[in-house]
Amino acid sequence: MKDEVTREERVENLKGLGCSRKRVEDARFTQGKGNYVDDIKLDGMLFGDFVRSPYAHARIKSIDTAAALEVPGVLAVLTAADLEPLGLHWMPTLAGDKQMVLADGKVLFQGQEVAFVVAEDRYAAADGMEAVEVEYEELPVLVDPFEALKSDVVLREDLVAEDGSIPAGAHGPRKHANHIFTWEAGDKEPTEQVIVNAEVVAEESMYYHRTHPCPLETCGCVASMDKVNGKLTLWGTFQAPHAIRTVVSLISGIEEHNIRVISPDIGGGFGNKVGAYPGYVCSVVASIVTGKPVKWIEDRMDNLMTTAFARDYHMTGKISATKEGKITGLHCHVTADHGGFDACADPTKFPAGFMNICTGSYDIPTAYLEVDGVYTNKAPGGVSYRCSFRVTEAVYFIERMIEVLAIKLDMDAAELRRINFIRKEQFPYTAALGWEYDSGDYHTAWDKALKAVDYEGLRAEQAQRVEDFKAGKTRKLMGIGLSFFTEIVGAGPVKNCDILGLGMFDSCEIRIHPTGSAIARLGTISQGQGHATTFAQILASEIGLPADSITIEEGDTDTAPYGLGTYGSRSTPVAGAATAMAGRKIRAKAQMIAAYLLEVHDDDVEFDVDRFVVKGAPEKFKTMKEIAFAAYNQAIPGIEPGLEAVSYYDPPNMTYPFGAYVCVMDIDVDTGVTDIRRFYALDDCGTRINPMIIEGQVHGGLTEALAVALGQEIAYDDMGNVKTGTLMDFFLPTAWEVPNYETDYTVTPSPHHPIGAKGVGESPHVGGVPCFSNAVQDAFRAFGNTHTNMPHDHWRIWKTANELGLHD
Amino acid sequence: MSKKMHIKLKVNGKDEEFLAEPRELLIYTLRERLNITGPHIGCETSHCGACTVTINGKSVKSCTMFAAQADGAEVTTIEGIGGPDDLHPLQTAFKEHHGLQCGYCTPGMITRATKLLEENPNPTEEEIRFGMAGNICRCTGYQNIIKSIQAAAAEMNAAKEAAE
Ligand code: FES
Ligand code: FES
Repeated sequence: MKDEVTREERVENLKGLGCSRKRVEDARFTQGKGNYVDDIKLDGMLFGDFVRSPYAHARIKSIDTAAALEVPGVLAVLTAADLEPLGLHWMPTLAGDKQMVLADGKVLFQGQEVAFVVAEDRYAAADGMEAVEVEYEELPVLVDPFEALKSDVVLREDLVAEDGSIPAGAHGPRKHANHIFTWEAGDKEPTEQVIVNAEVVAEESMYYHRTHPCPLETCGCVASMDKVNGKLTLWGTFQAPHAIRTVVSLISGIEEHNIRVISPDIGGGFGNKVGAYPGYVCSVVASIVTGKPVKWIEDRMDNLMTTAFARDYHMTGKISATKEGKITGLHCHVTADHGGFDACADPTKFPAGFMNICTGSYDIPTAYLEVDGVYTNKAPGGVSYRCSFRVTEAVYFIERMIEVLAIKLDMDAAELRRINFIRKEQFPYTAALGWEYDSGDYHTAWDKALKAVDYEGLRAEQAQRVEDFKAGKTRKLMGIGLSFFTEIVGAGPVKNCDILGLGMFDSCEIRIHPTGSAIARLGTISQGQGHATTFAQILASEIGLPADSITIEEGDTDTAPYGLGTYGSRSTPVAGAATAMAGRKIRAKAQMIAAYLLEVHDDDVEFDVDRFVVKGAPEKFKTMKEIAFAAYNQAIPGIEPGLEAVSYYDPPNMTYPFGAYVCVMDIDVDTGVTDIRRFYALDDCGTRINPMIIEGQVHGGLTEALAVALGQEIAYDDMGNVKTGTLMDFFLPTAWEVPNYETDYTVTPSPHHPIGAKGVGESPHVGGVPCFSNAVQDAFRAFGNTHTNMPHDHWRIWKTANELGLHD
Repeated sequence: MSKKMHIKLKVNGKDEEFLAEPRELLIYTLRERLNITGPHIGCETSHCGACTVTINGKSVKSCTMFAAQADGAEVTTIEGIGGPDDLHPLQTAFKEHHGLQCGYCTPGMITRATKLLEENPNPTEEEIRFGMAGNICRCTGYQNIIKSIQAAAAEMNAAKEAAE
């Protein structure tokens, strides 16, 4: 057979790895034909909404629902008393704690769910909520975790024994009624010794403020109990549909095969949609009670006040070094504010997530980390907001400590990083706090970044600016923000990563159709990352069929193989690997079919782009399309018909993407206004599947980093009132505040991942926050600033300038 | 509950007539009553722009307007801007330049951008950033949205020139 198409053209036709393939998802979204959970409409569907507590800490004396039930359109009002006989007034959290579904005798945070009103439509539900009478008795409020650890006020009476003793929690002994756990990593005494004896020690306390992922679409669900068939269908904004199915089964007693969980299109997640929320449970119960489908959709205020905060870490660090700047030890203590219930979404064995990646990209011989979790009168959550479990906190901590050490040493912060980086030849590198970094080439990335921005030129310009400022020629300072981060993503190996006992593997199932197209189903779910586009690319390269001929389906637990979902940048490292491995199984069978068709031995054919060719005789070949057809129409001795495969991938290790970021910022000393002049981001996420999508992820992650660093926070007053419950007060940057970003890359493949990919969705957020923050702090370094807390909004920056005497 | 009002609208070229309470918000009318689910809800406080539609030639956030206030108006949503057989250049450009990720902001973005380009067919980057500042996107960081709008503007201007 003559082949008119060149090999390059054949590669191009596949639109496989490395191609900036346009997204297949976009047609429906650009035409308003997405199908998000609030777009779902079922016959007779009802709408549920919560009566929420106005108080942060109060006893509930009574709830009167009689008047609400009289409101036209209201069908039912659920309270804890209604859920109790079903054992559903409390539910387990992902962190081994339990959480009230509806207030059981008291409330622990403002906005807590007290009653669930079910009505014919949203307006009737709102009328019903108005009519529910709740009598509260206010209790003393604890919003400061340090005070909570000293206070006599007990937030969780359910966790104190009758004799007043404090039983151990899910993560070991507790020191106080409001204490949740102490978690340690590393060597305490040796680290303290190193620090005591060190030539130079820098110390700093920093507060990584509470914030919120705030995707544009809030959380919601539709529960539909079909009493005839005994089947429950639950549509919702779930980042982990299979895990939700298992949890629903465990807590409701409905057998898992009778539950179908579907994640339709999701309007962004960023960690917000990982958890299990009272709204899901109440919708299911309400559907069972009323016999009708029930929809629950948060409004923005509900979302910001109650589901899934992030961060809220009070971190104290000590870093020691030689006079020349070689780091010798790192000590970190965290007081972690978890709110009223411990609902952090972390792998079970890691109550502080992967905070123990806090030695960062540096070769630090000795380190110790201790985290104390604390209950307060704030909303529960503690999700990974566009990061792998607590990695943002860890990277912020080390990237600030490096800057503080540079000040102490009177050294350039870029140089200090360079002399402490883990060297290329040290990989795989085992860090002092236990992780084994798979691969990296930090020096190359750092040098490329500094060169790209003309780092020395920038420092010279900055020095001149300081001169001019002192001479009264300008009122603007210039900050150069640096950050070098190492992420830890792709959770994770089943041997040490599980959630509620479910191993954190992921899966892919592929069916090749006779005419050479395919469908692949995965246990993950896209929330904008473009899985339907990129997973098809991975497969195209593996099985030699064009990406355009491969449908990717996710999010329906009745059809997709079991998987742990999408968060913590785990889709590419875990499900992407499963996809490649399933593709390889297809290819192995295709090889046998090809050999049979070509009448040679299996070993005599080899894979080439989109076909198997006879070794040494490239004119003899069978394309994957031909092989697919043969799989269905030929009786091949010893080979079953069909061409399908499934793979469950348990990653041997995490992956460790890294990157080098530089931000150049002007700051108006008199107004506190920041102007980002330049932002350069070099990312190394290993093998690059789709550069266009990678860049998009970087732009988005950096913008969320900008938000967190420069203004976004969930703030409480002393009474536990949320001060930032609407988008008026909660900062989401618009096109007007956001700069253009310069993106760049190096490629250091992961040695243990089938295609060498590491994941990228969260890197820019993880590396971006310290970079923006460091830029602000660096602007004031010449005037004696060592550290100020985020968020660096105009007011706080103005205050810093004022305290440094720059307004005198 | 107060007396229902008689409301007439023309939505995407189609006449609609119904009785609604005075408190019914236009976004609710569109999504729940008329099944037009392209416009989304992101805040209901006029901040995010996910619900943006065009009313009598102006960009309006339909979450903060009562249906009654729109009585007699002509409303265009993303569904009226272009479909599979007649895509608007903005719809093509957003795909081409990766101007969307989760897609939740996209209908509002594109609807707003159609007006922006009508008002100013040759916007600078700064004018686009300013003109789109009422629409929040949590995913893209805006850079590719700006690119998409610039590309659509170029395309539309070229088409206009060719027609002249
Ligand atoms: S929903 Fe209308 S502006 Fe946000
Ligand atoms: S694409 Fe997700 S909010 Fe814009």
